[in-house]
Amino acid sequence: MRHILAVLVENNPGVLTRVAGLFSRRGYNIDSLTVGRTENPQISRMTIVVEGDDLVLEQVTKQLHKLIDVIKINDITSEEYVDRELVLIKVGADPSVRGEIMQIVDIFRARIVDIGRRTLIIECTGDEGKINAVIESLKPFGIKELVRTGKVAMLRGHKFTSINESREDD
Amino acid sequence: MKMTAAQALINCLKEQDVDVVFGIPGGNILPLYDAMCKSSEIRHILVRHEQGAVHAADGYARVTGKVGVCLATSGPGATNLVTGIANAYMDSIPLVVITGQVPTTMVGTDAFQEVDITGITIPITKHNYLVKEPNKIPLAVKRAFHIASTGRSGPVLLDLPRNVLQTEITYIQPTDLRLLGYKPTLKGHKSQIAMACDLIMKAKRPVIYAGGGVIASNGSDILTQLAEKISAPVACTLMGLGGFPGGHSLSLGMLGLHGTRYANKAIMECDVLIALGVRFDDRVAVDFSSFAPKAKIIHVDIDPAEIGKNVKVNVPIVGDVKMVMEAMLERLEDKKEEEWLARIEEWKAEYPLKYGPSAQLKPQYIIETIREITDGEAIMVTDVGQHQMWAAQYYRPKTPRTFISPGGLGAMGYGLPAAVGAQVGAPGRDVILVTGDGSFQMCMQEFGTAVEQELPVKVVIFNNGSLGMVRQLQEFYCERRYMAVNFNRNPDFVKFAGVYDALGLRVTAPEQLPGALEQALKTKGPVIIDCVINPEENVYPMVLAGRPLDQSIDG
Ligand SMILES: Cc1ncc(C[n+]2csc(CCOP(=O)(O)OP(=O)(O)O)c2C)c(N)n1
Repeated sequence: MRHILAVLVENNPGVLTRVAGLFSRRGYNIDSLTVGRTENPQISRMTIVVEGDDLVLEQVTKQLHKLIDVIKINDITSEEYVDRELVLIKVGADPSVRGEIMQIVDIFRARIVDIGRRTLIIECTGDEGKINAVIESLKPFGIKELVRTGKVAMLRGHKFTSINESREDD
Repeated sequence: MKMTAAQALINCLKEQDVDVVFGIPGGNILPLYDAMCKSSEIRHILVRHEQGAVHAADGYARVTGKVGVCLATSGPGATNLVTGIANAYMDSIPLVVITGQVPTTMVGTDAFQEVDITGITIPITKHNYLVKEPNKIPLAVKRAFHIASTGRSGPVLLDLPRNVLQTEITYIQPTDLRLLGYKPTLKGHKSQIAMACDLIMKAKRPVIYAGGGVIASNGSDILTQLAEKISAPVACTLMGLGGFPGGHSLSLGMLGLHGTRYANKAIMECDVLIALGVRFDDRVAVDFSSFAPKAKIIHVDIDPAEIGKNVKVNVPIVGDVKMVMEAMLERLEDKKEEEWLARIEEWKAEYPLKYGPSAQLKPQYIIETIREITDGEAIMVTDVGQHQMWAAQYYRPKTPRTFISPGGLGAMGYGLPAAVGAQVGAPGRDVILVTGDGSFQMCMQEFGTAVEQELPVKVVIFNNGSLGMVRQLQEFYCERRYMAVNFNRNPDFVKFAGVYDALGLRVTAPEQLPGALEQALKTKGPVIIDCVINPEENVYPMVLAGRPLDQSIDG
């Protein structure tokens, strides 16, 4: 099963190496890992999508906790959450097919962010299902280049992943 | 107060109650040595190889319970530490390892003697820091000692660029460590402890399985009280030896691959297994799926990640082993399962540790003789191999911190430098190194350190002219196809001692041994006793690969 972990870490150099190294060293499978600053400049937040059964997840979480730079871990998979990913897709777009592509862009509420002579860059944000669908729809036109950010996720409503809200993982 | 960061670091070490460090200087750590030169309060022990420095700091830490400290320069000095750091990490030994680094302006340029030691040691340290800002040195040192010595202890490395050490700073002792993500759980969960106690009170066949965590938490006395209160026999891991008195009537000795048959039988038959400060290592459990099949397992450990890692447990308790045992003692009532204890006694009588009487110098006899002559009061340090297992089986250490052995990594070469560190930490005591001719030759340069520092370590070499433990493996698993296990040209170890003007003795027959040991113990300086033993000797009992624990074989 796939799990989404929201992980708060100290914004120290090397923290990404420590986390990524732990996953490869112990043979855990990462689907995606994103990292960025939070509202507090000293703290970064990672969203890690990891594949494994409950036992593996328990070990992943415990081993992550052993890293001194890791402040807090939330497995949000079983909770209500919002997740998003952003993709940029460069498609082959001769003038003859541009109209068709623009329709697809409209349907997915994506955007065209660059127009070249033979290509378009399309930006799309959404959950995994939507991103996969938009990619599938654009494939027939010839995808020249594609980049995805990996997933970011957040708990809905009054639940938080923050250092102040320590009740969450008690 | 204004001073260089290097001087501040020395102040911080004093603040942490450090009185001795082990190391070798070099270019990039020069400023630190210069600062040390101006302060006479810290004793520096110059070793011969950085591996010796880190193993010595480790031996010192194990014997004293304090944090061991070692120093090395950047590049090759730092990489020479790697084995010793890994060895300490696997055995949860608190160390602060300090390395010099090229100046910050050069970091990342493949400068002379630059190596990314923080990168290299991420998987083998509890934490590490490359300190780039001089005024952060006091905070980094304080954090390093705190992290190394609390929770599940372990090595922490500080990498210090030369220019950082040279910079003048205002020295202020930090008060707040600001470690947001680090708060080890010490007190066990109340209801879990209650559950464990209920299980114990209902148990008909309880057994305690005790490991290094008992010693690390200074919980040995409490363990004895606990075992006596519930009359539970105690099996120790290699790391746990000495955590429970070896001669106690409830002692089962060591369990596992080369454990006593009665310890292993007790594990396989018990109905409640009380696992204290252990990690169900594969050399203990041998086969995870068949380990303690009839038992409900209570597992107490300070590291949550160890609980449920290898073996499923029924009552997990995260906490300091000593504190949890104290809490248990408050709830438990006296109990004694006579039938079970009688069965244990039968097993002890039926399957004792044994070796044939012989005119030959038997390795087991050497260990027993050491115990008799020192009254078991000596600190025994071992290397890795057959001699280590014989020592673990036959020494029966009485008290914690008197059996010092590299368990988790099993790094040959550990013994001699660790014995040096142990002797530094326990100056008045007899320190006896039990080593093999293979292991000894991996770090024998440190004999020079022992001689120079007048550390009266007694080195007993179990000289079988081979890598005995590997020879044994080839006998069992490679149909006696012996490959690369014999030393055809060993040095004369008696002469080797002589080169340093130290005493060397050779023992080839059992009747020579007591006299040689007595002479060695009376000698002020270090001594080597070269004990020539039969290369065909094997370690028994032994559980063959894939077999359950109670089916070990004897010779
Ligand atoms: C650094 C290192 N290299 C290799 C090994 C593998 N190994 C384990 S035991 C052993 C033989 C040890 O020989 P010796 O020290 O003579 O002890 P004996 O088994 O003969 O008592 C070897 C090579 C090891 N544990 N450590």
